[in-house]
Amino acid sequence: MTTPVPNNVVYDRPEGFTETPTHYCPGCTHGVAHRLVAETLEEMNLIPRTIGVAPVGCAVFAYNYFDTDFVEAPHGRAPAMATGMKRVLPERIVFTYQGDGDLASIGMGEIVHAAARGENITVIFINNANYGMTGGQMAPTTLPGMKTTSSPNGRDVETQGYPIRVAEMLATLDGVGYCVRRSLHDPKNIRLAKKAVRLAFETQVRGLGFSLVELLSTCPTNWGITPVQSLKFVEEHMLPAYPLGDYKVTPSVATIKI
Amino acid sequence: MPKELWKGNEAIAEAAVRAGLQAYFGYPITPQTEILEYLSRRMPELVRAFVQAESELGAINMVYGAACAGARVMSSSSSPGMSLMMEGISYIAGTEVPAVLVNVMRGGPGLGNIAPSQSDYNQAVHGGGHGDYPRIVLAPATVQEAIDLMGLSFDLAEKYRMICMLILDGNVGQIMEPAEMPEMQPVANRNFDWATNGAVDRPRRILSSIYINPPDEEATNFRLAKRWLEVQANEVRYREYFLDDAEFVIVGFGTAGRVALSAVRAARAQGIRVGLLRPITVSPFPFQVIDELAVRARVFLVAEMNMGQMYNDVRIAVRGRVPVEFYGRTGGIVPFPDEILAEIHRIAAGRLAAEADPRGAWLARMEAAR
Ligand SMILES: Cc1ncc(C[n+]2csc(CCOP(=O)(O)OP(=O)(O)O)c2C)c(N)n1
Ligand code: SF4
Ligand SMILES: [Mg+2]
Repeated sequence: MTTPVPNNVVYDRPEGFTETPTHYCPGCTHGVAHRLVAETLEEMNLIPRTIGVAPVGCAVFAYNYFDTDFVEAPHGRAPAMATGMKRVLPERIVFTYQGDGDLASIGMGEIVHAAARGENITVIFINNANYGMTGGQMAPTTLPGMKTTSSPNGRDVETQGYPIRVAEMLATLDGVGYCVRRSLHDPKNIRLAKKAVRLAFETQVRGLGFSLVELLSTCPTNWGITPVQSLKFVEEHMLPAYPLGDYKVTPSVATIKI
Repeated sequence: MPKELWKGNEAIAEAAVRAGLQAYFGYPITPQTEILEYLSRRMPELVRAFVQAESELGAINMVYGAACAGARVMSSSSSPGMSLMMEGISYIAGTEVPAVLVNVMRGGPGLGNIAPSQSDYNQAVHGGGHGDYPRIVLAPATVQEAIDLMGLSFDLAEKYRMICMLILDGNVGQIMEPAEMPEMQPVANRNFDWATNGAVDRPRRILSSIYINPPDEEATNFRLAKRWLEVQANEVRYREYFLDDAEFVIVGFGTAGRVALSAVRAARAQGIRVGLLRPITVSPFPFQVIDELAVRARVFLVAEMNMGQMYNDVRIAVRGRVPVEFYGRTGGIVPFPDEILAEIHRIAAGRLAAEADPRGAWLARMEAAR
């Protein structure tokens, strides 16, 4: 049986995706981030050449959704695994997809040193201000005063410290070719995020160093608000704490036209 | 190839290079650092991958990544660094990808010291990472044996899609001995049918250690166990010395085995019928040969550079049929042949421990002699 193909398709599953439906909660922007990567791989004809590294976090099953080779890393170690793969397969495209607990807490050592070495890999970094998968505990990125299951009275910076701004921090390292922050809270920002994901992969294809796109993302389930309210929360509370911007674009990356 | 003078650690590194090593990831720690230093020069000159990682955690996960890509890959460390690698070791085992690791053991626990020890036997053979997983563990006693086992370890790891670990005490790592290197093997593209190296002209592949559905995880554990039975049936290796007519059997691996051999030779010259079994694979352990020896020997003596770790495996094989005595030095101390000779005299004179576990009596003797 063949499915009839309408002649006015405006939105379809990108080639970079398998047909497996994702397990993400309704309204979660992990799915949007996935789509941006899948579209980019398709547009750049990278699908057969790409190997993804999934994190431990809500995206642990990312390998079910992308139609490329995939491995699944221990919590936080994706940049080290990606290093091992890229060093023995320099012609392949290697990317990690990591949450904020994964990358900015348990895996802080691995990400900083992969960036410092200028590993020619791409990192998609999902900042949703909590540990989504384990039920909404405090993450290094949780906003001051924000309630989570492990900061029930709101994050107290006196005892629980301050949020880490990953894009700004990694941008200080010389091995980094491209490092920016974008947001997924509305269509305009999603389009800008898409362009950043594309540039990050273009950076890798050209061998111009480490590339990372930090994406402000929602977690309606653990934030305990609706998907629409979550998008508003990103706009009103996360944007001021995590300003969008290009924190590092080396001159050679800046010349890339897409 | 002619014999040359080689330092243990450098010999291992060169042997790995000649076995077609494609990538090395490591972190400095004494008494293993010469492996890292040697390869930091050797690998780049051959246009092969070398990374000094940010930690052993980083190193083992780089090994994991390269192993998934299907490369011949290794790391090396010493006891505290090996502890840090245990997370990755469990993941590598659960993903069923081959990797070779070297532990040049030092005195512990904790930071301990940098002197030779065998105190990570249990970690290597029985424990370490979480979950049920088998692994092959080889214990060379000389530089030549370390060279030979290094080449073998890659073949075993790849054949069984399993971790293969070399454990050597710092003595084997640091000693200089004449040894013969194998010929240089070319780097081979092994094209494993499981490797995640880019889905060009083939269906995509996934490598992970996740089996979210418990029956699938159980099936995985069964699959690993069945493969282990195969390893046990085919890969047990050991050396026997003077065992044909031995009334007393010493069991020792690595440097402890080598020192025991000197004591055995001296005792033989005095007419004592003593022999030595030196396990080379401590995992799979030579249970069968000990089982057979237990039928004809009068007493076993286990000699180790730890508090009696392999001792428990020997006891399992002997199954209570004859006494199993123990002598150990720990903390980074290598026993002298005379110490083991004195133990042989004690056993031959029938002065055995009164308790089922002789380690209490041994400890009392050691304390009294201090
Ligand atoms: C070594 C280890 N420690 C803890 C965990 C439990 N754990 C699983 S996911 C997770 C947090 C993931 O949060 P994040 O990276 O922010 O991803 P998100 O789910 O928010 O996308 C934790 C702590 C684990 N799997 N492994
Ligand atoms: S728990 Fe949060 S981050 Fe995870 S899928 Fe649900 S909404 Fe998304
Ligand atoms: Mg998170």
